[in-house]
Amino acid sequence: MTAELRNHVLDFLEKGFRFDGRKPLDYRKITVDYGISKSAEGSARVKIGETEVLAGVKLSVEKPYPDRPDEGTIMVNAELLPLSSPEFESGPPGIQAVELARVVDRGIRESKAIDFKKLLIKKGEEAWIVNIDIITINDAGNLLDAASLAALAAIKDSKMPKYKDGVIDYKEKSKNTIPLEKEPIEVTVIKIGDHFIVDPLPEEEKVLDGRLTVASTKDGKICALQKGGLSPLTQEEIIKMIDIALDKTKDIRKAVGG
Amino acid sequence: MSYKKRLDGRDFEEPRPMEAKVGIIPRADGSAMFKIGDTIAYAAVYGPRNLHPRFLQDPTKGILRVNYNMMPFSGSGDRVRPGGSRRSKEIALVTEKALLPVLDLSDFPNAVVDVFIEFPQTDAGSRCAGISAAAMALADAGLAMKDLVSAVAVGKVDDRIVADLCYAEEAYEDGDVADIPMAYLPTLDRFTLLQMDGVVAKDDISKGLELGRKVCRQIAEVQKAALKNKYGAGVEKNDS
Repeated sequence: MTAELRNHVLDFLEKGFRFDGRKPLDYRKITVDYGISKSAEGSARVKIGETEVLAGVKLSVEKPYPDRPDEGTIMVNAELLPLSSPEFESGPPGIQAVELARVVDRGIRESKAIDFKKLLIKKGEEAWIVNIDIITINDAGNLLDAASLAALAAIKDSKMPKYKDGVIDYKEKSKNTIPLEKEPIEVTVIKIGDHFIVDPLPEEEKVLDGRLTVASTKDGKICALQKGGLSPLTQEEIIKMIDIALDKTKDIRKAVGG
Repeated sequence: MSYKKRLDGRDFEEPRPMEAKVGIIPRADGSAMFKIGDTIAYAAVYGPRNLHPRFLQDPTKGILRVNYNMMPFSGSGDRVRPGGSRRSKEIALVTEKALLPVLDLSDFPNAVVDVFIEFPQTDAGSRCAGISAAAMALADAGLAMKDLVSAVAVGKVDDRIVADLCYAEEAYEDGDVADIPMAYLPTLDRFTLLQMDGVVAKDDISKGLELGRKVCRQIAEVQKAALKNKYGAGVEKNDS
């Protein structure tokens, strides 16, 4: 089955096209809606073609880590809901969900997008924790890019709740936002045979050889990488995939107005 | 003391504003969104499809399996921890029983129809919104149904029977509150879910069921309009 599908995908790519008529390096239409959940401190819906992902931010106050007594932090969790694909099953997050959450986490954490020191309330005792939950609604491919974009948009949408005497008043939102210094964007480049594509469909993800996710900030600095797929990559291929990703990032940045 | 005016200004028998949309999740066999006030339910149906593990299979008919889940950011207070709770398991069970009477799964031995219900935001009435969404998703999946299923909670706030309580009413502090969620088959005129929290007189149950029927018929109109919006009124529009 997979061998047939792979040949079919490759046949299309030889002719310079994909199943939905796109060229190899075409991204589908991206839409971002902010504030899709009133219960969250911040939330967003990202659609890339038919792929739909939600992200919501809940803020909590906890004791800072002993080795970072003057910092808050982020927690990223992803749920690949069985609602969003016939291939996802109920139960605790599988390895795909864990990887997704960790790659999104690294893009935000390593770019120093959020100034963790500004999340401190009282040194060694109280700091804000930014809980980012990523939820898939429809998996039509490229969940990684959609998830990172949704997470960023949800952070931008967030308003800190009021906090007094150890109690968070979630009903009272202050005007304060999460201290966002940079806006990391993640783009995944896929290698199938000798072809490079972006924004893969589920069929293309099934037969990919190599995958490289590149997180970068507006100044063109790369802040996280994640290679996937079983096929080894040459140095030239890696650099080419990074070039493609950095180029595509510019278009995507426009979608979040960054 | 008495409840003279509703906290959000509605009439006592008036549900919150509703919105419904069918076919919101292309990967699913059937899907729908139902919004009532600030409660939003998404439902997706997959199947009939193979059922694993095998010991769950019924050789005489297909089974219905409902999963009810709140998204982690869907509560107005703390983050909801992912993974099932006792509450979500029980609601999934009563939702299953609310929906199953309208289905005939005898053509699908050993198979399962999976219903996934998810909430991006909630403000009371979530199990009922989930049932209303799931009924549309089952219809969208092309399953034969004897009737629609429409659901709402009625209740008693202080001395008043009211329709579709919002969270602020559930938490009303100046008098007793009872909450009566129900699911109703609008054409067959039967109830498939009935629960209650609170203390009321028998007479209030009659009044509550009467009001529930009335509001569920309004919900059914919203559900039907959403289905017609996707499929059109006639066969010629069936490919839209």
